[in-house]
Formats: sequence, structure tokens, C-alpha cells
Amino acid sequence: MQQLVEDLLNGSKRAAARLISLVENDDLQKIELLKEIFPHTGRAYVVGVTGAPGSGKSSLVDCLLQQMRADDLKIGVIGVDPTSPFSGGAILGDRIRMQEHALDQDVFIRSMGTRGSLGGLARATREAIQVLDAFGKDIILIETVGVGQSEVDIVRTADSTMVVLTPAGGDSVQTIKAGIMEIADIFVINKADLPGSEKTITEINMMLDMKKSDKWRPPVLPTISVRSEGIAEVWGALKEHRSYMEKSGYLMEIRRQRVSRELTEQVEYLVKSRIWERVKERFKLDSLVEKIVLRQKDPYSTANELLEQIKFYGENGKEGD
Amino acid sequence: MSSKKIRVLVAKPGLDGHDRGVKVVARGLRDAGMEVIYTGLHQTAQQVAETALQEDVDVVGLSILSGAHMTLVPRIKELLSKSGMDDVLLLVGGIIPEGDREELLARGHADQVFTPGDTLEKITDYIFQSFKESRDS
Amino acid sequence: MDQKKLERINELKQLWEKEVENLNIREEPPVTVSGRQVEALNTPLDTKDLDYEKDLGFPGSYPYTRGVQSNMYRGRLWTMRQFSGFGDAYDSNRRYRYLLEQGQTGLSVAFDMPTLMGYDSDSERSLGEVGRCGVAIDSLEDMEILFDQIPLDQVTTSMTINGPAAILWCMYLANAEKQGVSLKQVGGTIQNDILKEYTAQKSWIFPPDPSMRLITDIFAFAADQVPRWNTISISGYHIREAGSTAVQELAFTLADGFAYVEAGINSGLDVDRFAPRLSFFFNAHIDFFEEICKYRAARRIWARRMKEKYGAKDPRSLMMRFHTQTAGCSLTAQEPENNIIRTTTEALSAVLGGTQSLHTNSMDEVLALPSEKAVKIALRTQQVLAFESGVANNIDPLAGSYFIEALTDQMEAEAEEYFRRIDDLGGVLPAIEQGFIQQEIADAAYEYQKAVDKGDRIVVGVNRYNTGEPMEIELLKIDPEVEKKQLERLQKLKERRDGVKVAGSLESLKKSAASSDNLIPLILEAVRCYATEGEIVSALKDVFGEYKEKPLF
Repeated sequence: MQQLVEDLLNGSKRAAARLISLVENDDLQKIELLKEIFPHTGRAYVVGVTGAPGSGKSSLVDCLLQQMRADDLKIGVIGVDPTSPFSGGAILGDRIRMQEHALDQDVFIRSMGTRGSLGGLARATREAIQVLDAFGKDIILIETVGVGQSEVDIVRTADSTMVVLTPAGGDSVQTIKAGIMEIADIFVINKADLPGSEKTITEINMMLDMKKSDKWRPPVLPTISVRSEGIAEVWGALKEHRSYMEKSGYLMEIRRQRVSRELTEQVEYLVKSRIWERVKERFKLDSLVEKIVLRQKDPYSTANELLEQIKFYGENGKEGD
Repeated sequence: MSSKKIRVLVAKPGLDGHDRGVKVVARGLRDAGMEVIYTGLHQTAQQVAETALQEDVDVVGLSILSGAHMTLVPRIKELLSKSGMDDVLLLVGGIIPEGDREELLARGHADQVFTPGDTLEKITDYIFQSFKESRDS
Repeated sequence: MDQKKLERINELKQLWEKEVENLNIREEPPVTVSGRQVEALNTPLDTKDLDYEKDLGFPGSYPYTRGVQSNMYRGRLWTMRQFSGFGDAYDSNRRYRYLLEQGQTGLSVAFDMPTLMGYDSDSERSLGEVGRCGVAIDSLEDMEILFDQIPLDQVTTSMTINGPAAILWCMYLANAEKQGVSLKQVGGTIQNDILKEYTAQKSWIFPPDPSMRLITDIFAFAADQVPRWNTISISGYHIREAGSTAVQELAFTLADGFAYVEAGINSGLDVDRFAPRLSFFFNAHIDFFEEICKYRAARRIWARRMKEKYGAKDPRSLMMRFHTQTAGCSLTAQEPENNIIRTTTEALSAVLGGTQSLHTNSMDEVLALPSEKAVKIALRTQQVLAFESGVANNIDPLAGSYFIEALTDQMEAEAEEYFRRIDDLGGVLPAIEQGFIQQEIADAAYEYQKAVDKGDRIVVGVNRYNTGEPMEIELLKIDPEVEKKQLERLQKLKERRDGVKVAGSLESLKKSAASSDNLIPLILEAVRCYATEGEIVSALKDVFGEYKEKPLF
């Protein structure tokens, strides 16, 4: 396993791809691997791209890739597509638009399915970012469908976030979720050649102006990604936002918050999984459930009993019971 | 703990644009619970192999209806081997004459070849069976 | 028919229905290959609103439901046009001359994938594909060889080429000039239908706007200089092959047709200047009656819209002339001989539907390129229909059938509903961009496959009566040497030709591409200097860019 991390640091794409699979599959060795990777992370700048289905995110990301490559930056892309709740399967199609970068040695594109659990996905994305960060990518783009809380969570791992909208007859603004409005550092109005684009831009600007703040004021930029129009401006705005984040100290601030959140989550995760390990070792859950179903026991006292019978910390900080 | 899913790359190498089959198969594999990555059309052998590598897939399914299979399949197999992906299950679908099919299988260029008339179920069963065997062994 | 008689028929029908209710019903569902439920019986009740003059008319008169020529096959049979091409230009030239000797009456060129996609044989993207799916054509030199000893003033040629249609057409015209045939005499068809490439066939090169411009440039140039040429063959064939239903084929093809008409009008052309040269290309699938109704509905919709919406006055603008090919996707790899029967049924529906030309598939086409024997049987199928079966004796013989007329009306109404939905999305191009058409086709294809896999849709020899016998059929093999020979010849041509002239012609082409000039004269000039297809495409790509697809499942 150490070999895998060593290969990653030596630039092996196979190793990067394998490591992302291991974290995504929540493999048993994952924690050990992440420990080894961690010292090599912290360099990459993470950009989140989210927006409704059909807003043209993938072609926008494709265009941005071109701009970033022209500046000789190494790029990682993580495209997240929804997993079917019925079959558990998914068709991951984000990369199709970017296939001409497939042979670019400095671009690494990976598709992920949401695989059901919300928290799990945010974690897997974060861990995949760490792998690509250690792999030496300068910028990591994360593309998600901006329709739910899980996507908002993923985007929270980004240093800069772009929200992509389309004019859609001018009524799109009302339908934007409040949460998504707030996470945007840059608004992109894609397909700006469609009718209503001026109106959409004006409406978003008005909404932004109502919120007086001395912090970053998100720009609202029109693009036509199928014709690569307006992309340089978006890339310019991204660079500006990054520089703002760095100079103002906000980057350190949000990264600090993120680490703190991750630490909390990790502790919670460990506590939970250890409790369950123990519970499952000691008790036959099925028979307890059966008793509750037959009203011989109630779930509330049963839960208390379970926990009381497990001790988490032995002497000298060692685990034991 | 592990939440492993079978990841499949379905690819259209070469220039033919007939994607009816590849799309039906992609949907079928998704409905069977797999994660399907689609390359899009008109891919070179290098693009297919590179995508398989970055996506760390378990299965590569090639759809070729242009008659270029005897050139493209061995080439993709070779590129996959070069990047350490010998263990990937390589499947081919399309208009493949029987003689060519036998040759692709005999030379180890492909693990299985599906031709018109094969059902979605036959394909998904084959994949599931292969994974069961590799896990059991 | 008077009200009383209709009421009486209604009473009798109810009695009949009662009687049938208690009888045995076969378990196979009465649905078409498109999933349409078919009624057990039609009666005069279903055609009571039919107005003969308004809805059917006479052959050769508005709304052309019964056919576009007044004498139809009594005057001249349909053109038997077998699509073929393989290997290099020498191989295909031999095949064409064989077909003409066998009594075929027109040629139809199948190009290989690199040619269709605008790559020369020596491009790295062409590896393994040269001469495989059709003939490899890189330059005017190949075109000269392809039609060697075939007089272009006597034979009409259909060329299945879309993204690079303008270039291959110019090669054909330049070759005709070299044969001493005037452009005014040259006849034929280029497919030139880019819209269905985006939705179905997927051999595209440039984005929609410049592609549409090349098409209208062709319309304008042909109207002036090549009056006998069909400038476009608006194709439902590939939409159907991609898995659509019959109505989707009908609706999306006609919608594409109207989009070209609008593009022509918007480019400043009078509708009657280019519309007479628009032609169509449909699929003949296995459901016999549904297909016949599709063709009849198509003619009527086209005539009505061209007259009422686009104000066309020339009768030729209102006539939908079409080529038909039997359905490749209906063929099976199992027991391929059965494909002869499928093809026969399909060909018969095309003839009863009033097609102007017909390609019958060879039985082995699902396995490989057709062998000479298989091609001959396919052509013989048409000849038996034409000369032995008697189906060409009477014009539109199924007209007036309660079933046929009711289904024709119904399919027209269903197509109109699709037009409305496409209009709501802003037209064909926005509907393509939003993936509406692609999604409809993909859904239909998936439903069909599931029905076959479940056994609800019976395919003889595949999911019913499958004996599992190995196939014994002789297949055409493409010699791998073809690719090598083609590359050598291309290399020699590049050394021999005047490189300065080629570069100059490509430079002028690029300049004009950036302006709004008609590009055909410039492409013709480049072709005459033996600039290759790949070179011309790549010059245009520099200006136009390339199309990228957003796939839907």
C-alpha cells in the first residue's frame, strides 16, 4: 500500500486512479493511505462548479480547462453525477465534453456517482481531492449538479465556487435555491444567446446588491460555452477571486473551518463505527429488533442498555471493555 | 464497510457513429446497478485506454460497427496492458464476423465478444459472473 | 355515406365486438414494431370524415397522398439503386459496373468512415477504417477512378455524404467536367442532411451554423449551375435505425425538412428556387401497413405545409420525392437467409407507399459488407416485385382501405403533435441542443430492446425458433492491403500535384469561409488542384470549429 502512495507522488496515474477508487469504496485501508497522503496536500486550489442539469456545466469546464492549460497549470477534474436510487447504478457522462483533454498528460479527469449516501459522497469527494492534490494538480475542478443539499456540501470543499445558470425565459432566478445563491463566488449565465439573458443578469445583480456587504461581490458573467465566448472573463474572475481570498486571509479562514469540520466529522465517524463494531460483537441485534417489534422491549431503553454495556476507553487511554 | 461498485467504461473507438447499441447497453448496465462511464463517439485507441486508466474501471466495453475491430481491439488491449491494466475485463460488441470473433478470443485480445441478437441480460450476467469468479478465486 | 347507414354499421360493429369478446385471443400483443396498438378491425366509421379531394386527391396532384407522379409506376418503375462501396476506388468501380450490367438503374455510393468524417486515409484517426464500411475517397483522383468508364451524363448517382458533402459533390462535378459532361446535364443526389447527423447518425464535422450555411450555399449554387441535382436527401432512415418509432421517423424527418426550407428562405432564396430539388429518404421497417401509412402521411404533410406555411407555388416544391431503404436494424445475424424475406416484405411496403427509388438490403449486411451473391439476390428481390408480382400495375392500390386511411390520418396527427412540441422548444436546432429529439429516440430504442429481451417482441430465429445452429454464409473480406495501397497512392499524389496551387486555393477558401461568400466555387477550385478532402476539411475547421455532442441515454 505504501507503494501505491509512493507511486502517486512519483506521478503514476494508475496509482492516482486506484487510490481514488479505494477512498470512494471506503476501503478498509483508506485511513492508513490518507494519513500517508496528507503531508503532501494543501497546495491545490479547489474550484467548485455547480448548476442545474442542462446548464452546460461540462462544456464550460471544458472551456475553462483550455484556459487553464494555456497558463500551464496542472488540472484535476472530478465530475459527480447522480446514482439511480432504483438500481444503484449510474451513467457518468460529464467527461464526454472533455475527452479531447484525455490525452493531455497534465489533466486527470475522474467521474463519480453519488452512490446514495449524502455524507458519504461529500467525504469521498474530499478524499479524492486530497489524492489529486498530492498527485501535484494545481487546480482541482469539481463539477456537480446543483439540485440538492449534497451538492451544496460538496461545493463547501471548494475555495472558489461558480454557479452556472441559464436564462431559461428569465424565470430561473426565482427557482434558484437560496442555499445555492449564497455559495456562489461567481455567477455564470451560460447560453447567454438565449432570450432573457439580459433580464436574468439584471435580476441576479439586483439580488446581490440588496445584500450590502464589504466582502467579495460575486460578478455575474455571460458565456456561450459552445462557442467559447466569455470564458476568458470567467477565468479572469476566478483568478481575481483567488487573489482576493489569499490577500484577505479568507482562504486561510475557510480552510481552517474546513479542517475543523473534517476533524469533527472524522471523530464522529470513528466513534460511530467503533460503537457499532462493539455492539455487533456483543449483541444479536436481530433478536433485539424482534423483541421490540413484539412490544416486549422498547427502542429507547434498549438503546440505553446497549450503550451502557459498552465501555469505550480502557485504562491508559487504550481501548478495551 | 466497502461500498464497491462495478465500474464499466463503454467506448466507441474509431469513426463510426452508430451509438444505438452502446447507449442501450449503457442503460442496461446502469439498470443492473453498475457505474457506467461513456467516452462519447469517435475515440482513438489512446483516448479509450487513457480513460480506462483514469477512471480505474473494472470492465471496458468496446462498441465497433465499422469493421475496424481487428485493428482497434488489439491496440486497445496492448495500451491497457502497458499501463498495468491487464486485469480489466475487455468486452467487444458489434458486427464481428465469427472468424474474427474466434481470433480475438483465441489471441486474448478480448475476454468476450457480443454480437447482434445477444440480450442485455446475457451481457450483465457475463459481467456479474466474471466478478463472482474473480472474488471466489 | 349517409348518417343512417353509419348508424347501422355502428350497431353491427357492436354486435361483432360482443361476439369477438368471447373468442380466443392470441397471446402475442397486436402491436407494431413501433409499439403502436393496432385495432382488430376498421370500418367506414373510421373514415367517415375523409374528404377524397382534400385529403387524397389524384396521383400527381395536391396533396399528393396517392403519389407524386400522375402515372406513377405505370409510367416508369422506381429506380433500383443499391447502395454500395468498399475498398478503394478500383474495387468499387468494378462493383458498380457489375451492378449496372445486372440491370441496376442508378448508382449509390457508400463512403468509408474516414471519408464520411472528413479525414484522409493517412490520418491517424483513419487507422483500420480505410475502405472498410465503404469506399475510400481522398481526392479528385479517387473520384476519377471510381467512375472510370461510367458515363456521368447517363447514370445518376446518389452519394451518402453529409458533413463534407460539399467537398465530395465538388469532386463529382469536377470529374464530370473532365469527362466532358456539362454540369447542366449531371444528375444525382447528395444526402447533405446534417440535422439527422446530430440526432441519429452522428457523422458530423462542423457546428450547426456553418453546416447550415454550407447547405444553403449548395442550394444556391445548384439552382444556378446544376439544375438536375437533388441538393439534399432529408433522411429519416438513420433516425429509424437509431431506434425511433415510425411516427418519430416521420415527424423528425419532416421537421428537419422544414428547418432546411426556413434556412433557405432566411439565406435570401425564394422557396420555389430550391424546394423542387429537396428530396427525402425513408426507412422501410418490418411493420407492413404502418410503413405504407407513414409514406402516404409524409407526402400529405409536406405538400400542405409547403403550400400553406411557406407559400410555395411551384408544384414540384410541394411534391415529396423519396428514396427508401429496407431496415438494416430489422435484419438478424441468426439464420441470415431469413433476412431475404424481411427485406422482401419491407420492399413491398416501400413500393405500395410510392417510393421513387429503393435499396434492398443484402441478407448478410448485419454480419459484414455484402458479398456479390447477396447483393444480387437483393436486387433480384426488387426485380421480382417489379416484374412478376403485379404490385406496380395499379397506383396506390391500398387507398380507401378503412385501416390504411385511418392509420394515415392518425400518423399525420401524431406527427403534428411532435411539430408542436418542437416549435415549443424554439425549433429543430434548439430541440437538438436541448437533447429532446435524441432523448425521444434513445427512449424508443431502449423500450424496443427491452421488449425483445423479454420476448414481448418476437424476432424469428432470435428469441423464437432459435435453433442455435452456426451460421454458414460466405462473407466479403476486405483485404488489409487496401489501406496500404491507398496510403501509397495518396502519398504519390501529394508529391505530384502543384503544392503551391493547393496551398493558395486553401488560403482563399479560408478567407471566404470567414466571409459570407458562397463557398462552392472555392471548394471546386481546391478540388480541381487535387487538394484532398482532409486538407479542405481542416481548412474549414480552422474557421468553423468542430461540433461536440452532449449524449443522452
